[in-house]
Amino acid sequence: MEYEIKPADKLSLNLKELWEYKELFYFFTWRDIKVKYKQTVLGFAWAILQPALMMVVFTFLFGKAIGAQSHISMPYPVFVYTGLMLWGIFSGGLQASGNSMVANANIIKKIYFPRLIIPLSSILVSVFDFLMTIIPFIGLLLYYQTNVDWLRLFIFFPLSFIIILLTTFGIGTFLAALNVKYRDFRYVLPFMIQFLMFATPVIYPATIVTDERIKFLLSLNPLSSAIAIFRSIFEPLPIDYNALGLGLAMSAFFLLIGIYYFRKTEAYFADLA
Amino acid sequence: MRPIIEIQSISKNFKIQHERQSYLSLRDSFTNIFKSKNTLEEFWALKDVSFDVYPGESIGILGRNGAGKSTLLKILSKITPPYSGKIISRGRIASLLEVGTGFHPELTGRENIYLNGSILGLKRSEINKQFDAIVDFSGVEKFLDTPLKHYSSGMQLRLAFAVAAHLEPEILIIDEVLAVGDAEFQKKCMGKMGEVSKSGRTILFVSHNISALSSLCTKGIVLANGALKFNGDITSAIKYYSGEYLNNITSWEGNEGDDQVRLHKTWIKNNTENLIIESSYDIEVGITVEVLKPIRDLILGFMLYSELGAELAYSLYDDDQDKVLQLITTPGIYTRKFIIPANTLAMGSYKLEFDVGIHMTKKIIASQGELSFSVENISGIGRRHLTPNVKGRSSLFRPNWKVE
Repeated sequence: MEYEIKPADKLSLNLKELWEYKELFYFFTWRDIKVKYKQTVLGFAWAILQPALMMVVFTFLFGKAIGAQSHISMPYPVFVYTGLMLWGIFSGGLQASGNSMVANANIIKKIYFPRLIIPLSSILVSVFDFLMTIIPFIGLLLYYQTNVDWLRLFIFFPLSFIIILLTTFGIGTFLAALNVKYRDFRYVLPFMIQFLMFATPVIYPATIVTDERIKFLLSLNPLSSAIAIFRSIFEPLPIDYNALGLGLAMSAFFLLIGIYYFRKTEAYFADLA
Repeated sequence: MRPIIEIQSISKNFKIQHERQSYLSLRDSFTNIFKSKNTLEEFWALKDVSFDVYPGESIGILGRNGAGKSTLLKILSKITPPYSGKIISRGRIASLLEVGTGFHPELTGRENIYLNGSILGLKRSEINKQFDAIVDFSGVEKFLDTPLKHYSSGMQLRLAFAVAAHLEPEILIIDEVLAVGDAEFQKKCMGKMGEVSKSGRTILFVSHNISALSSLCTKGIVLANGALKFNGDITSAIKYYSGEYLNNITSWEGNEGDDQVRLHKTWIKNNTENLIIESSYDIEVGITVEVLKPIRDLILGFMLYSELGAELAYSLYDDDQDKVLQLITTPGIYTRKFIIPANTLAMGSYKLEFDVGIHMTKKIIASQGELSFSVENISGIGRRHLTPNVKGRSSLFRPNWKVE
């Protein structure tokens, strides 16, 4: 086993090395999940309770006020819950990964491993939370006796998940790297997440927007196409394949940008953190 | 035999910004566009360092604080890249720049063994295999399922070292991890390290602890201001480091003075045999004079100066008496010792001058018997502001903070 340590100049993804460190990846994710719910009375139940409570709030406050029900064919609680489930991966993942490099600075300064493991494993925590939210979701579907299109379920559920995950990985790693150098992003992040929530059709249907320019901007948001196809499993509406294609392309674009920037700057994390 | 590590003209520079926080903010970046860049000062942590390490060697790396030792270890551990040069490594490197990296207070002892082991590069199967041995070595089996935050700091340390001690890499890099913990723990660590080096593994070891270095290492390199100054066997390296490089004169013998009082010996001593004074032990300043004729009002004492010549202390042998007493009047040989208590002096260089004379009458000794010595801070207590060559915000006294 011979290798060289050289000045950082060449940019490579080095997936092989990432694979060699898969156990550390596992341990970091495991640690983050464990620590997140340690010393809480309700434990993992929080993962379920958070979106459930949000759903109740949005149903009572916004569901009627903005007249969303007239634009959709499924019950508003189901509608908003589907949005919140996927949104949770993004917002939780972004929050965790954005601060992850700084939070793990003491490890980064003392030990080498592929740095990408840190933001990625912190995002997997919100994937775990997402899996937990499926349980009450099934209850919700049964309660409202919602129809499920099984074919769409098997195609669009994984697809929407992948779009969300790639987008979250992309923006999350980008912000993680930026935050090492510019701690401003610690303060920008909560604001940004809140803003993006309203720029994404999570609590309102996309059809409520009539302005063509805003419609175009929304279509560039991969989260909106992910949420749209996820919802299409539960309401028999035609699929906008252009929007889906654009969503996939945009999520891949975000992923490339994020990982490119991360890889470009990671060599100096230990000096800056 | 081929070297297991080839270090080929490694350099590393840092840009230092004065009066600035350690990290940038976006606003700084914007405002800097309009500022000239001359607030940046380039600092070479390492400059053109080359040496080879052969399998089975244990190399001690010596140098004062800021000499570049830690930077070298960080580059070897791949934590930070070099600016130029390259290193060819032919073995699995494990680095222990700290014990207990990644320990999480909320996780139990058992969970932390797995997490820490994995961070240090152990496979899960390897941890499973060694688990009992690790627990045995740490002696915390009763608390294995207790969150780490309820452990005493000593227990945490033992657990951390136990995991580290069970690493089995070809090359082990250690940075002063032994500088923590009580004497008993340090002894245990040293024993384990001795075992490791005897088992034929390659070790790179940074420490201020000269006795640890000389017992563990076969070779030594000396770094000063980022450059390699010496590369050879450990005894010569220590000699070079403490003698030529630090310019230490820790004892003097002779026969100076006049027909009344003669100065025979002066010395400064720690509990170690070395020329380096460790601040965690009491420091003894000694003087031996011979009185030839009956005298009165003998002055016998010393002055302590900083590296830059500031007078830090002046003390006479009768200081703790109420008035000037005739303690020494009759002819004979007299030895007096003064103890500078442990943890008083900060890291740095000092000069001692001795004062022998007759009160209000004459000075018998001027500069004879002068000593110079360096104090090193080994246990790590209060080390942040103790870099004597940085202007401002430094200290010549070593703070020893206690947590209540």
